[in-house]
Amino acid sequence: MNAKKGDWVRIHKIVLKVGERAPNIPEDTQSVPLEMWDKGFLLNDNANIGDTVKVETYIGREVEGTLIEVNPYWDHDYGKAVPELLYIGRQARELLEEGVKHE
Amino acid sequence: MNKDNSFDAVMARKSEIMKKSVGIDYSIFESGNIAFDYERMMKETGYTLAEIEEIQKETTVGNTPLYELRNITELARKFAPKGKGARIFIKDEASNPSGSFKARRAATAVYHAKRLGYKGVIAATSGNYGAAVASQAAMRGMKCIIVQECYDSKGKGQPEIIEKARKCEAYGAEVIQLSVGPELFYSFLLLLEETGFFNASLYTPFGIAGVETLGYELSMEFRAKEGRDPDVCVVTNAGGGNLTGTARGFIKAGAMDTQIVAASVSLEGLHMASDTQFNKKSFTTGHTGFGIPFATWPDRSDVPRSAARPLRYLDRYVTVNQGSVFYMTELLAQIEGLERGPAGNTALAAAFKVAQELDQDKIVVVQETEYTGAGKHIMPQLTFAKENGIKILVGNPADEVPGETIILPKDPSYLCISDLDIEHTKKSYIRNCIKNNNIEIVSREDLDFLIADTKSDEKFVLKVLEELEIPVKKEA
Repeated sequence: MNAKKGDWVRIHKIVLKVGERAPNIPEDTQSVPLEMWDKGFLLNDNANIGDTVKVETYIGREVEGTLIEVNPYWDHDYGKAVPELLYIGRQARELLEEGVKHE
Repeated sequence: MNKDNSFDAVMARKSEIMKKSVGIDYSIFESGNIAFDYERMMKETGYTLAEIEEIQKETTVGNTPLYELRNITELARKFAPKGKGARIFIKDEASNPSGSFKARRAATAVYHAKRLGYKGVIAATSGNYGAAVASQAAMRGMKCIIVQECYDSKGKGQPEIIEKARKCEAYGAEVIQLSVGPELFYSFLLLLEETGFFNASLYTPFGIAGVETLGYELSMEFRAKEGRDPDVCVVTNAGGGNLTGTARGFIKAGAMDTQIVAASVSLEGLHMASDTQFNKKSFTTGHTGFGIPFATWPDRSDVPRSAARPLRYLDRYVTVNQGSVFYMTELLAQIEGLERGPAGNTALAAAFKVAQELDQDKIVVVQETEYTGAGKHIMPQLTFAKENGIKILVGNPADEVPGETIILPKDPSYLCISDLDIEHTKKSYIRNCIKNNNIEIVSREDLDFLIADTKSDEKFVLKVLEELEIPVKKEA
């Protein structure tokens, strides 16, 4: 078993299937479902990734969905090196210093 | 009894759900045609400026620092005609709790919800507003749900939006993340119905009135510091609320001569509801994808009548490319020592150019900054752009093609802005008023409303109506 009752988990569900989506949206969006992700404390006694489960969200709502992650965490960061940006500060400082010399 | 929760059935219950969740009966301000009593709506459902100052003081919102950007001003002058280069100031709204001016908007909305006895608040937003609502809800002991459009169909999300989700959770909110599509509104309605929470919409009178303190504060600060009001205030524009509230604050301060300039990042060519284009953009707010549709039809928002009506207040509307905003964000950190943005720096990029058109003794103020953090920073946003096939180049920003390239200006002289034809934007708005209300003949009341709502005159509106072949009702 991947998760037991009370574990903090992330769930996923399909809100609108292809064909149920709003009219007047672009074709590429029409051809995929509307998906949802939420988090909560597992209400089932036990569950495995992929099971349909019930959770109690942080504010106390009950939501059903597919279990996709146990103890979900954030991994967004400061990205990779972007060398393209490196000239900006040096160039601006040089330009400002030039001004001082002329005065 | 099970309610029919199909898309069509829920959308059909929209006005009923809205009325319950906002606590405003918008119908009493309606004329039945195009016109509605905007000022009465703002007065009767909002709060006075003094009341809002009190409400915001309770949660330490507002009274943010005002910086003079001396180095950026000097740099602008180097590339300006002789004698030109106005002084550039910035209001450090990142100092608000939750890190953006949106705390002002959320402060009044959450206060109002609590006063009316709601147990919780819900907001549909991928931006700073979610964090602001969550933070204010935490302060006032209310429950909070934030619904955000976050991922494409491959499960890939904009780092900036993911960071906002994290921040909302940090304040104890439940964050519901959705894939791309305007049906977010459907999920939002279902949640309002299920929870009975307050709809902390960005577009209610209390939300907009919350921003009025920003314009008012600016006027008071400049009068104290410089003995006069700023000449120009540049506002990053998306849904129009920031601009509307700020401009109304200036007017309430009696600052009638401060020119209001809207600035948006140009995302021309990218479709906002497209799954495949969702991650081709490197800005999730402050862009033309919101700015133009909300200016030409403000009532597309999540309330029947939006209190954010940018055309009513703006004097000029300019766009900048993505590369220029990233460039200014880097400059702000490098030569002013302020790491902020990026999206909030859209107005700053525009201000750099606007200042170059004005004499050196003039004052240009950028009215916001926003916090920066993991994901919400130029490096992760540019890293993400590269991963999505966008080329990062250094050159002439005018050559940037949204969704294909991001062009950083080669040097400060390359920064550029484009003026939108606001007469055209105003015409589009009038056309939408006629079309969306199925109008065949315009009343005197409608005519006056259209003049006020486009900050124009009778001659202009009559000309547009003539082009649309819509007659005006003769006075009885």
